[in-house]
Amino acid sequence: MSENVISLQTAIEAAAKEQTFSERLKWFFLDTIEITKRNLLHYVRMPQLIFFSFIQPVIFVLLFTQVFGGAMGSAISALYGTDYVNYLLPGIFVQTALVSGVATTVGLAADLQKGMVDRFRSLPMSRAAVLTGRTLADSVRSVFTITIMVLVGSLLGFRFSGTFAESALAMVLCLLWGYSFSWVFAWIGVVVKDPETAQTAGFIWVFPLQFASSIFVPSQTMTGFLQWFAENQPLTLMANTVRALILGRPADQLVPVILWMVGIVAVFAPLAVWQYTRRTK
Amino acid sequence: MGNTPYAVVVDGVKKSFGSVTALAGVSLKAETGKVLGLLGPNGAGKTTIVRILTTLLQPDAGTATVAGIDVVKNPGAARRIFGLAGQYPAVDEMLTGRENLNMVGRLYHMPRQLAKQRADELLERFALTDAANRPIRTYSGGMRRRLDLAAALVVRPQVLFLDEPTTGLDPRTRMELWDVIRELVADGATLLLTTQYLEEADALADHIAIIDRGLLIAEGTADQLKGRLQKDVVQVRVTHPDHAQSAYEALKVLGNGSTQLDATSGWISVPVPHGPQGLVEAVRLLDERKVAIADISLRRPSLDDVFLTLTGKPTAGE
Repeated sequence: MSENVISLQTAIEAAAKEQTFSERLKWFFLDTIEITKRNLLHYVRMPQLIFFSFIQPVIFVLLFTQVFGGAMGSAISALYGTDYVNYLLPGIFVQTALVSGVATTVGLAADLQKGMVDRFRSLPMSRAAVLTGRTLADSVRSVFTITIMVLVGSLLGFRFSGTFAESALAMVLCLLWGYSFSWVFAWIGVVVKDPETAQTAGFIWVFPLQFASSIFVPSQTMTGFLQWFAENQPLTLMANTVRALILGRPADQLVPVILWMVGIVAVFAPLAVWQYTRRTK
Repeated sequence: MGNTPYAVVVDGVKKSFGSVTALAGVSLKAETGKVLGLLGPNGAGKTTIVRILTTLLQPDAGTATVAGIDVVKNPGAARRIFGLAGQYPAVDEMLTGRENLNMVGRLYHMPRQLAKQRADELLERFALTDAANRPIRTYSGGMRRRLDLAAALVVRPQVLFLDEPTTGLDPRTRMELWDVIRELVADGATLLLTTQYLEEADALADHIAIIDRGLLIAEGTADQLKGRLQKDVVQVRVTHPDHAQSAYEALKVLGNGSTQLDATSGWISVPVPHGPQGLVEAVRLLDERKVAIADISLRRPSLDDVFLTLTGKPTAGE
């Protein structure tokens, strides 16, 4: 027989060897790359998956600049000291980076339903890699969608007015933001089990959060409790920070934003992995 | 290869899902290099056994080993030496056949070159080379199964688990798959195969374990199981269709009430305790009534008969 016959002895030895921390870490990374590649191939085979991911943000941009913008744009513009399109677009980047995570929810739920996950689970690979490979692939996709949004914004008059470093930092923050929240979406995907429910469950919590935030209108124009909520929730902190960086203003909420991201990953990554492994029992 | 005489050992395994008992304490063994057929109706617990053996489920009680490796205590080592083709093909629809096999090889932590080479070998062997660069969603049902089986063979497993490998396939594709499975066994792998089809177990398995409602109700070779009925069947067809009824009447007593006339084919089956004696007796009875015999034979009971006797209900499917 040829060299890739795995005998009992080598199987036990190989498994024992991979128990060491550094080996596990190495295979976790290599398996993650393999799964990321697999998920990215889906986008290559079905480019429409990327197309649909920026349809919704484009509609939001057109709706708010062309429909509502006429009525409220000048008020916000006066309040904020720049064109409404410059106020709106940074918020749209934050929103786009966030909701693209729905793909993670739907993708994982589909894998679980179709039995692909059984194949992965029966292989001697890292279990967490199935999730990290998914969240990373969707972050790569976000690079495309956010780039498209920058181009669409430019056509409508949006301009970066901060320094290059500030603008670059703003875009990197958007990607990191999207990545950290993709763990929330991953967790939902592992919990709900079927892609149809995943579509709804993925979106439902984002919807109220994005409107009760400073993404579309400044939070200080809101009333009572809503204003208090909007000013303290992470979407507002993030939108304010990205907006400040893009417009070259002081980004004084950068630290809380970073803490939120770290906190989200620290809570939801282990939760998602735990839920994923638990479903084998 | 494994040193144990039994490549698969399941001992006292229990598994419940909530209040539903899937396995109520099952013990079975598969001899190294042989085919064990796990036969039972839908919901008998066949898939649960396979899922436990392939580390996808944990048993509530009992032990299970594959090639001597305890699958509960040492799942990582076990995953290196078995191959699994589940009830539904677990391949990525969007990826091509080659990409799927390559990915599986890489996830087995094979070096890049070796994974590639093995993928090509398997595509060739399963007659998928022409379709290798097409996404799986363009494949037919039979092609998907073959690719799924190929994915299970990437590391040349010592033990191969096939969960209802031919369910949902048309008869021709099923026969093709049977040939593939026979070749695998000829290569020396141990195979555990689940099926709802008696003829499939009969055709492929060296040893058959029948399970029903989470319990092992019989096991042995196909012949041993048939022998448990301790009844042979005399089959008679008369020359003239008009005589069928009178022949049936004549043989009624001989079959002790179990004589059956198949109206469409005209065959009469008579279960008898002792074959040769029964055959002689049947001929004498028909001769007395001057009924001309077109065809008469003695057959061992089929696995269908066994299943019916053991469980009190016919198998699903055929």
